[in-house]
Amino acid sequence: MSNRKWLALLLVLGLVLAACGGDGGESTTTEADAAPGTTEAAPDEGTTTTEGGDTGTTTAPADSTGYTELDQALAGEFEGTTVDVWAQWLPESVEEANFIATLAPFTEQTGIEVNFQATPDYETALQVAVDGGNAPDLAQIAQPGKMHQYADAGALVALDFFNSEKLEAEMVPAFYDLGHYNDTLYGIYYKSDVKSIVWYPVQAFADNGYEAPTTWDELVALSDQIVADGNGNPWCISIESQEADGWVATDWMEDILLRTAPEEIYNQWITHEIPFNHPEVLEAADYMSDIWFAEDYAYGGNTYINATWIGETQDPMFAEGGPQCWMQKQAAWIGGFWGENRDFIAENPEAPQSEWPNVPGEDVDFFYFPMIEEEFGTPVLGAADMFVMFEDRPEVRALLEWLATPEAAEGWIAAGGFLSPLNTVPAEWYTYPNDGLSEMVLNATTVGFDASDLMPAEVGVGSFWSGMVDWVAANGDGTEEVFQSIEDSWPG
Amino acid sequence: MTVVTEKVSTLEPTPKTKQMRRRRDGTEKAGWLVRIAVLIIVLMWTLPTLGLLVNSFRPSVDSSSTGWWTSLLDPFSTDWTLSNYVNVLTSGGMFDALINSLIVAIPATVIPITLAAFAAFGFAWLRFRGRGLLFGVLVGLLVVPLQLSLVPLLQIYQGTGLTGSFVGIWLAHTGFGLPLAVFLLYGFISQLPQDIFESAYIDGASPYTAFTKLVLPLSIPALASFAIFQFLWVWNDFLVALVFLGTSSEVAVLPIELASIVGSRGEAYHLLTAAAFVSMVIPLIVFLALQRYFVRGLLSGSVKG
Amino acid sequence: MNRAVQATTSNERWASITRAVVVSVITVAALWLGLQFLSQDTVLEGLPPNASKLVQALIAIVLGVAGIWALFYAGNTMLESFPAKVRDALRPYLFVLPAVAVVGLYLIYPTVGTIVTSVTDVPEGESFFYNYADAFTDPEVLLNLRNNTIWLLIAPAASVFIGLGFAALVDRIRLESLAKSFVFMPLAISFVGAAVIWQFVYAWKPPGQPQIGTLNAFWVGAGEILVGMGILTEIEPIPWLQVIPVNTLALIAIMVWLQVGFAMVVLSAAIKGVPTEMTEAARIDGASERQIFFKITIPSIRGALLVVYTTIAIAVLKVFDLIYVTTGGNLDTSVVAVRMYQEMFRFRNFGAATTMAVILLVAVIPIMIINIRSLRRQGIGA
Repeated sequence: MSNRKWLALLLVLGLVLAACGGDGGESTTTEADAAPGTTEAAPDEGTTTTEGGDTGTTTAPADSTGYTELDQALAGEFEGTTVDVWAQWLPESVEEANFIATLAPFTEQTGIEVNFQATPDYETALQVAVDGGNAPDLAQIAQPGKMHQYADAGALVALDFFNSEKLEAEMVPAFYDLGHYNDTLYGIYYKSDVKSIVWYPVQAFADNGYEAPTTWDELVALSDQIVADGNGNPWCISIESQEADGWVATDWMEDILLRTAPEEIYNQWITHEIPFNHPEVLEAADYMSDIWFAEDYAYGGNTYINATWIGETQDPMFAEGGPQCWMQKQAAWIGGFWGENRDFIAENPEAPQSEWPNVPGEDVDFFYFPMIEEEFGTPVLGAADMFVMFEDRPEVRALLEWLATPEAAEGWIAAGGFLSPLNTVPAEWYTYPNDGLSEMVLNATTVGFDASDLMPAEVGVGSFWSGMVDWVAANGDGTEEVFQSIEDSWPG
Repeated sequence: MTVVTEKVSTLEPTPKTKQMRRRRDGTEKAGWLVRIAVLIIVLMWTLPTLGLLVNSFRPSVDSSSTGWWTSLLDPFSTDWTLSNYVNVLTSGGMFDALINSLIVAIPATVIPITLAAFAAFGFAWLRFRGRGLLFGVLVGLLVVPLQLSLVPLLQIYQGTGLTGSFVGIWLAHTGFGLPLAVFLLYGFISQLPQDIFESAYIDGASPYTAFTKLVLPLSIPALASFAIFQFLWVWNDFLVALVFLGTSSEVAVLPIELASIVGSRGEAYHLLTAAAFVSMVIPLIVFLALQRYFVRGLLSGSVKG
Repeated sequence: MNRAVQATTSNERWASITRAVVVSVITVAALWLGLQFLSQDTVLEGLPPNASKLVQALIAIVLGVAGIWALFYAGNTMLESFPAKVRDALRPYLFVLPAVAVVGLYLIYPTVGTIVTSVTDVPEGESFFYNYADAFTDPEVLLNLRNNTIWLLIAPAASVFIGLGFAALVDRIRLESLAKSFVFMPLAISFVGAAVIWQFVYAWKPPGQPQIGTLNAFWVGAGEILVGMGILTEIEPIPWLQVIPVNTLALIAIMVWLQVGFAMVVLSAAIKGVPTEMTEAARIDGASERQIFFKITIPSIRGALLVVYTTIAIAVLKVFDLIYVTTGGNLDTSVVAVRMYQEMFRFRNFGAATTMAVILLVAVIPIMIINIRSLRRQGIGA
């Protein structure tokens, strides 16, 4: 029957059409360079191979960088490829602008395009991307705990190709170690943050004859003095941060614990070899209570602490008529939030710090969060961002290696607000406050990494945070119960 | 009685109100009471939004130190500023984000409606085995929290190359929006008078014809109403776009762009005020323009008790 | 005679099958090509990216709607060729299955996966119900469930009550549409936008400082008047989002604020749908407005009331963004959906996360049953 023949023909036609359509290429695969993975190049090899077709990119200086793929990249071998990088730094923000500026030389010198995406809701986005098989090539991670999770899930590329001897020599040991998990290197630290500093208004201090304290007792005495003088409250503290409520409190706990207990205790606390509510920890909590919950110390009392957003904590410091609170312990990023700085920066994002209404270093300066017990010296609490690798390609390796060199930090350091974990960064590159901070880190007796970033997520970004909020709500009462409940929540 | 009613309705523009006034003493008081009650509720509902609107025109130092009403009471000594809006609007991605949002929202509204109309008709007017069960399952899925579907679907998308594509997100929104679509449209279609269909069938029309020539035209208010709901939802959606579409500037939609501006750690918190309003404008326009359909369409069947 | 008839019918059948297949093949091919074209990040030559994207969207709309239509048409045509019984039995499925299929992929498949994960993602050697046992003995989870219950008891009822009241009131005034617009406006606002708005309402400043939060301004302002009159000794602003359990009520208030618009619109339309003959008759018989409202109007809109209530109830059970962005779930405000999010994305405990989800699903089943039963009474049994 002819109808049937038609039918068959049509079906075949249809299939053919479908097959044609299905050929449409989809993914844009970056060219994987076929260069064999050589082991570490000899450090003083001075050859630059220019390939035919290398169009006018500035070739890198003749010395090798010490990193294989980076050398290759500088020689133009990966020109035209792209690397995807994700980070938490935001579009239109100072941070993003600086990072992009700092990446520019890399692209210039290697011809590798860097596709940087700042991602809102970063944690979720990255996680979903990784789980869904859509991870970026490189991603910035703030918490080592996260890196462990991804490593456990098998999503990370082990950085065995990395010249780890060189890295070890050039990076502050604490950060070098933390890039490891199960004895494998997974993360390269890039940008660090120092938390052990307290900001204060310079002029007002001078006018009232106050001096920056160097010991805990002096700190307490100064606080008492401010109260006695009727000058408002000595401390600007608050921890409201929407879904991240409470992390400021954890920083205080950690900084104090570093000063009141040996380093082993701190580390054991992180790994749960000692319970979360170990007596040493409770002792640290008492020191913290002495400031947070002492009468008249904290501006607005515990209600203010829980209710006020962390960017606005120090607004009373800049009140007309003189500071109503005088000291704020916070990392250097807070500078952009002082009083009118917020609006000024919003209107003039390119303006240098010297033009801000409240200039760091001039109007507001910092002192080192004082030591408490002398035997434990002058530790520094820091946190840092590392980059991890999800996709292994030579150009991705090249970028990661480059991020481990001082050049990768140079642009950002110049713009301000960047501290590198590398000890090879020339001190003169740094401007205020990072010059002082860099020195602080290099001279510290111990560098402690933010404990809550290292603990398992259920605690570090879970019960520790909410426990602090509850503790504050209770105005410091029930310390033992709070810490016990955090201990109870430790997984496993 | 019917006569009385008719006379009344042809005479007065607002028969009910007039009747009330005519019928009872002290109705003036009731009238005023009603108006005051309405006013109070309207005020309570508008005040919060008004606060945000006023604050969006003030510098953040002011917003965080004095109440927004002080600026209204003392407009001349206030430091009004447009910089929050300027910041939000001139951040490079805004216009693209707007286009992307439109590109996502319109197909993601139109396609589910089409599928749902067919399905709702099937459930409402055709008998088949498993009708109750299928319908129950379909509507029951209204409760599935989105977050659950993300990872498994993303894995499928990866395998088929749909991640980051508009097609992927159109399909996703279709999938997520169908339960509500079917639910609402079913409610309406099932209430259409049966006589229409019966006469059509008697005339030899197939259900398909009945659907296309009768049901659809009659359902336009319901279709339009659901369209508004779905459009609003897709327009304001953040999570689905983040996961299936991504954040690169070619595809970022408005909520994602705004979230980047404001900061996941709240760095630019004060821009939130302006950002929230910028994101509100189009949905409000959509709603206001299509308000009438809303009223009529949402009869959704459950009315005639 | 029969054979001849059969032969003719047979030919007709093949003809229409062919027709149907032709249409199907063309449609499928067009859709497939369209899909390929659209899923690439192609930028049409010569057009700026935005324009080419808009073109793609346009194509999608046309293809989507027309394509679906064509498939239905083809399917229907094919069905026409079958004997009546087969045709009538199969036809409903034609209408219904595409939607079910899409939903099957996007919602059913992940849900099944979720349920499976919740019983399989257990530590070594533990039983299938480990996650559930864990959840129900965890005081945090019990707190969340308690909060969900509070939300469920208050929010839908309050929304419906206010929505109904407002709809009834506004029915009688002249600027009805305008008033309704104001109350509806919050629906156009995303949850995050609502959170920002209400943060300005609930804001707290230390006593003695000017209050920037609308609510505290009222509170302190009114309080100060009372202090001046000697009724109170002092008044302090209240941190509404910190004080337990007021903070949960404060969050519920935001939800109600958002949902009343929805309730009002539906119920207003429903009220207008009540036949005027009934109310007029009652009025002439001497019934008061109140009696009319309660004895005639409300029973007449019973169906609408139920639909609104259940829709809001489901939304309330799912509520997540609102709480997460405002309080992060701290200070006893957390609900199951927030906990689920944290388990899934922060702690990466998929077993725990999926368990939370299943708990939510189960909680909704009674609501769903009531809803479907009521719809059955009204329509599906028709």
